[in-house]
Amino acid sequence: MAGTAVLRRLSWQVGTVAESRPETATAVTLALDLPEWTTHLAGQHVDVRLTAPDGYSTQRSYSIASAPSPGRVEITVQRVEDGEVSPYLVDVARPGDELELRGPIGGYFVWRAADPEPVLLVAGGSGIVPLMAMARTRAAAGSRTPMRLIYSVRGPEDAIYADELRRRVRDDHGLDVSYAYTRRAPDGWNGVAGRVDAARLGAGGWPADLAPRIFVCGPTGFVETVADLLVDAGHDPGRIRTERFGPTGG
Amino acid sequence: MPVISRGFTGRGRRDVALPPGQYLTEDFPVLSAGPTPRVDTGTWQFSIVTEAGQRHDWSWDRLMALPAESVTVDLHCVTKWSKLHTPWRGVALDTLIEDVESAADYAFIRSYGGYTTNLPLADLLDGQAWIAYEYDGEPLHPEHGGPARLLVPHLYLWKSAKWVRGIELSHEDNPGFWETAGYHNYGDPWQEQRYYGD
Amino acid sequence: MTETWVDGNALGGALGEIFAMDVTAALGRCAGCGRVGPVGEAQVFTRAAGAVARCAGCESVLIRVVTAPDRVFLDLHGLSFLELRPAPATP
Repeated sequence: MAGTAVLRRLSWQVGTVAESRPETATAVTLALDLPEWTTHLAGQHVDVRLTAPDGYSTQRSYSIASAPSPGRVEITVQRVEDGEVSPYLVDVARPGDELELRGPIGGYFVWRAADPEPVLLVAGGSGIVPLMAMARTRAAAGSRTPMRLIYSVRGPEDAIYADELRRRVRDDHGLDVSYAYTRRAPDGWNGVAGRVDAARLGAGGWPADLAPRIFVCGPTGFVETVADLLVDAGHDPGRIRTERFGPTGG
Repeated sequence: MPVISRGFTGRGRRDVALPPGQYLTEDFPVLSAGPTPRVDTGTWQFSIVTEAGQRHDWSWDRLMALPAESVTVDLHCVTKWSKLHTPWRGVALDTLIEDVESAADYAFIRSYGGYTTNLPLADLLDGQAWIAYEYDGEPLHPEHGGPARLLVPHLYLWKSAKWVRGIELSHEDNPGFWETAGYHNYGDPWQEQRYYGD
Repeated sequence: MTETWVDGNALGGALGEIFAMDVTAALGRCAGCGRVGPVGEAQVFTRAAGAVARCAGCESVLIRVVTAPDRVFLDLHGLSFLELRPAPATP
């Protein structure tokens, strides 16, 4: 594939928190001002580095949630149980705080609005973040490419961007969203609680002969299972791109 | 000069006397360069092979029959965490080496799963090393190196090879997995010997 | 038992600084089994003394990256090639 990441800074830049928006009880979106940020591709991520006053530092990778916008990047962070960085970003970071960012990173798990094929996005938990960037980028570009999202969450209260997704689906007939609720289904929902399986992928996705581009993101086990189901359903493995967050999901 | 993030302290505590650059941790991080090997004690074997090719083997039952020690040691990982006063039980290398005849200076350590490391033979002796099979009163969990790991606490923890399966004694020093990747050949935490050239 | 690996996207930052370009989409050939695939599909163990990328086919080590405060040690000998396509200058 021709072309990789767009022009970017390769070393650490300083970002200032402009806004911290709660998404669910355990996740927030941080909007960051980065004066040297030009653009990025949907699906790319940033590395975030935090340094304590005594010099101790650590870093983590977070998918970019926003569509491209000069000088501004949004990440959505899920608080990981007993985590070291995510509790700081979710509970402590506030407007005016500074952190260091490197990126945008990634040329493998990316979607461009110019890609003509229909798109299937399959998200497990916080794996929704880079896929939301794809949906937002598609809308910002005025793309008519058909896009379907299957979003697997434990329960409705865990669904990040739920209101925005509802609004986008209402306003754009090219976007479809279906959910798999693995533990608790919402009141009045006429489906059955359960994991993403072949039936859900069939109902909420595209048939293999449409040769869609497929992006799967979430915990490693989820991604492995879904990728296997997609291949079993006849999808070309070469059209399936994956991003695994590890056992905790990011 | 990194930018300080207001209010970030990180998980480790840094107020206790530790080797330079280390942070105290209360949990027990699991680090691994590959998938966790699953080794059944029924088939487990530990070998020492001398520079002359003389081989000494221990089955699990034979290891369990040897005199063991309970020791409390401090662990220092090159990734900067230290865990103090950790309780282990195992067989001292002094006990295993007792009947091994060797004039070699170096030991090359091999583990199930392919991990390797190296250290001077002298650093395995005189009460400095154990084949450990219990941690905190319980059988050693696979993610921490069970059924048995090497424990050499005076060096950085990457020398304490998890899932240990054997030691090769040699007149030559052959660097192991992390030593060939840029880590220090010896790894003394008190001299902060983390990387090649330190 | 949950696997403790993520995928090659996790190496994008460290390798991107060294190569001055994205490497996650680059194709690499495993020196062990000959499998060719994008770096993004390698199995990466980041919770180790360094980052270790293993072949998704045979699990042998492809890449090791050890990051010291002032330098990086890069071991690519587990790849018999890495195919790099230079990025366009501007989008």
